[in-house]
Amino acid sequence: MRHYRWYVLGLFALVIAGLVAAGTAGGARHARGVSGDISIIGKWTGGEQKSFQAVVDAFEKQNPDVKVKYTPGGDNTPQLVSTAVAGGNPPDVAILPQPGLMRDLARRGAAKPITFAKATLAKNEAPVWLTLGTVKGKLYGLFFKAANKSTVWYNVKLFKDAGAKPATTFPAFLKLAKTLKASGAKAYAIAAADGWTLTDLFENIYLRQAGPAKYDLLTTHKIKWTDASVKSALRTMAKIVGDTGNIPGGRSGALQTDFPTSVTQVLTDKPKAAMEIEGDFVPNDVKADVKPIKDYNVFPFPSIKASTRAGIVGGGDTVIMLKSNAAARALISYLATPQAATIWANRGGFSSPNRGVKSSAYKDPLNRKTSLALANAKIFRFDMSDLQPAAFGATTGQGEWKLFQDFVSNPKNVNGIAAKLEAAAKKAYGK
Amino acid sequence: MFLAPAVFFLTVWILYPLIDTVRRSFLYRDTNRWIGFHNYKEIFTLDTTVTAIKNNAIWIGVVPALVTAIGLIFAVLTERIRWSVAFKTVVFMPMAISLFAAGVIWRVMDQEDPHLGALNAGIGAIHDTFRPPGALPDAEPSTAGLTGSPQRGFVLQTPLRPGDVARLGLTGISPDNVPHGAVQAANPTPKAHGITGVVWRDFKPGGGKTGQVEQGELGLPGVTVELRDTAGKRIDSTSTEDNGTFAFDDVDASDYRAAIGPKTFAKPFGGIAWLGPKLITPALIIAYTWVWAGFAMVVIAAGLAAIPREVLEAARTDGGTEWQVFRRVTVPLLAPVLSVVFITMLINVLKVFDIVLSVAPGSSQDDANVIALAMWRSSFGGVNDYGLGAAIAVFLFLLVIPVLALNVRRFRREA
Repeated sequence: MRHYRWYVLGLFALVIAGLVAAGTAGGARHARGVSGDISIIGKWTGGEQKSFQAVVDAFEKQNPDVKVKYTPGGDNTPQLVSTAVAGGNPPDVAILPQPGLMRDLARRGAAKPITFAKATLAKNEAPVWLTLGTVKGKLYGLFFKAANKSTVWYNVKLFKDAGAKPATTFPAFLKLAKTLKASGAKAYAIAAADGWTLTDLFENIYLRQAGPAKYDLLTTHKIKWTDASVKSALRTMAKIVGDTGNIPGGRSGALQTDFPTSVTQVLTDKPKAAMEIEGDFVPNDVKADVKPIKDYNVFPFPSIKASTRAGIVGGGDTVIMLKSNAAARALISYLATPQAATIWANRGGFSSPNRGVKSSAYKDPLNRKTSLALANAKIFRFDMSDLQPAAFGATTGQGEWKLFQDFVSNPKNVNGIAAKLEAAAKKAYGK
Repeated sequence: MFLAPAVFFLTVWILYPLIDTVRRSFLYRDTNRWIGFHNYKEIFTLDTTVTAIKNNAIWIGVVPALVTAIGLIFAVLTERIRWSVAFKTVVFMPMAISLFAAGVIWRVMDQEDPHLGALNAGIGAIHDTFRPPGALPDAEPSTAGLTGSPQRGFVLQTPLRPGDVARLGLTGISPDNVPHGAVQAANPTPKAHGITGVVWRDFKPGGGKTGQVEQGELGLPGVTVELRDTAGKRIDSTSTEDNGTFAFDDVDASDYRAAIGPKTFAKPFGGIAWLGPKLITPALIIAYTWVWAGFAMVVIAAGLAAIPREVLEAARTDGGTEWQVFRRVTVPLLAPVLSVVFITMLINVLKVFDIVLSVAPGSSQDDANVIALAMWRSSFGGVNDYGLGAAIAVFLFLLVIPVLALNVRRFRREA
């Protein structure tokens, strides 16, 4: 019995020694020229992981001495990366869902500047992306995969049944919803169980109604959430989320519908609702056998004021470098090129901010439409909630996500929600 | 020397984390700034943590007693039935899966949509037997002249006299939900001594003109139309034809109203929002009890088997009823076992976590919050307030200590 115990302990010690060794191995090896191992923790899983692997495979072909090891972190990527950094063993490269953490890591010196990729990026991407990736005058983040969140997806059959046409202005949009309802369809699928879909909706309305200047002020909390512009955007939002009879299951149904479920309510052959107001990634969650254009289609989020007609709210996944070695630098430089983006564009489910990607690279016609709109947008604003402190803008069950859900429960409570938003923002900004 | 490895692992995995957690609980977020008891004050002032404490109090008040009681009932009953092994196996089965997996199962069972959630499907089957859904549950009037509500039915406000025509237009009916056999709606022909009318789907692609029967709009067959007098009393009723028309023949000269009764608009069972903010904690407690009842039953059954038969026999011979025997003999003899189960459940419930995380959807997680979940969410759920998380951890630890002490003392006494 006692021997057995020692055996187990010994085994344990061995495993730990092994883990420690494995952990330090990557950092200890100093690559000369472009060779070595690159470890990546990234948010892409499933189909996205496969597509990214294809991009990486092409890189490995160009650099046969480099081995890339990709670990998918999914929704927990920020926690995984923060923990790895705090534990003194960061991956070489990380791919983060929100720029907030990138800024944080850059300020703390954990992320390394990627100034060497700046020239390539400046040539191919709109200046806004470089600005977003810059902290204290140095470039840290490369936006490889972007998202156009100013899109409305719809079920072609329900539109045909109702004789409805995509709307370009907001009044026309509301009339469209009314027509859809009269035809016996529910107009909106709303994924209110996921708070981020509600912040996206609010941001689209706010950018169009209050304009880009106010949008920037609100993003950095230079104006309060109790500002008149916020309240009037909330009232506009209530016209959609408060249209209870036009949502499958009403408002309480919406609050229990998560994003993948809401997609299956619209992009299917047995639809429960006609429209889904979400980004270009919506088709990734299609489960039924439906085809673009024939069964589902997309139109840009309607304009509210003529001056902000072409406004686009978008998001993006940031590639950052946590260890500066030749292999990691080579990978970052490679990801900045149109060639790398083209590989994923070919595979679909991808929008690149890289204007060097030819439109023919996007095989899916709807994907092409949304991607080009994004890369060439005249007014582009990054997803506001992703730029705010995570406690306020991106946390399940609190801050914006929670309060917008409360707003769906009670869309009349504009003043109350605005006041609560302001209180939560104040706290998150540490004022 | 022989203790060295144990001491080493204890230090690395128990002692160091413990001390560091206490230290961290006095620091601001993830910095090293000392803020004294501020984090502890926050526990009792923040909405989220206060809800968590309240919910945990409910858990403590309900679950240990409920699980022990159910375990006791099952244990006593299974002693008497033939297929007790099968029954015990079934009740114990949830223990074999992880709490998280059990949570996923209940998340699906608790879905609001009766087509998805087993619980609501069962309730819905009963509900729809007693109150069958109407033919046109989502229909609404197409014109302002038709007023009322789905619960009371819709009434056409225009007074009708013999020879008049009633047009009852409805919208909000999808092409798939138009009753079987519907054909193009027809404009009713007036009758000298009767009242005629039409009920139709007042919609064609693009909208059409409301209140007018147009080409491409379908009649609604099988709808029960009521003829009411001006006081609202029902005089007569009839059913519509395939083209939506209906007629009341030989009507006395007077003012009438045409109406469609509420039965047509009765909605099918929409489901109970188990996962909504109001019912989430009861739903979680049901799921948790389902998992742990088996554990309680097995432990209590073992205790029951150890009770000397003679005592029970003696009590019965003395003329005690079954209830008296159970109440005065069995339960007191089982007391030590019952308290083991109760205290184990008390500790389990104090640190309840995974079932809440897996069952409660994001939108009601705040309403379902418990202390352990609040700890995790403050530290890692995106807030990254490690200081507050550590403070909650220490608070939870302090709560568990008395129960632990009680347990240790009992063990000592028994040994």
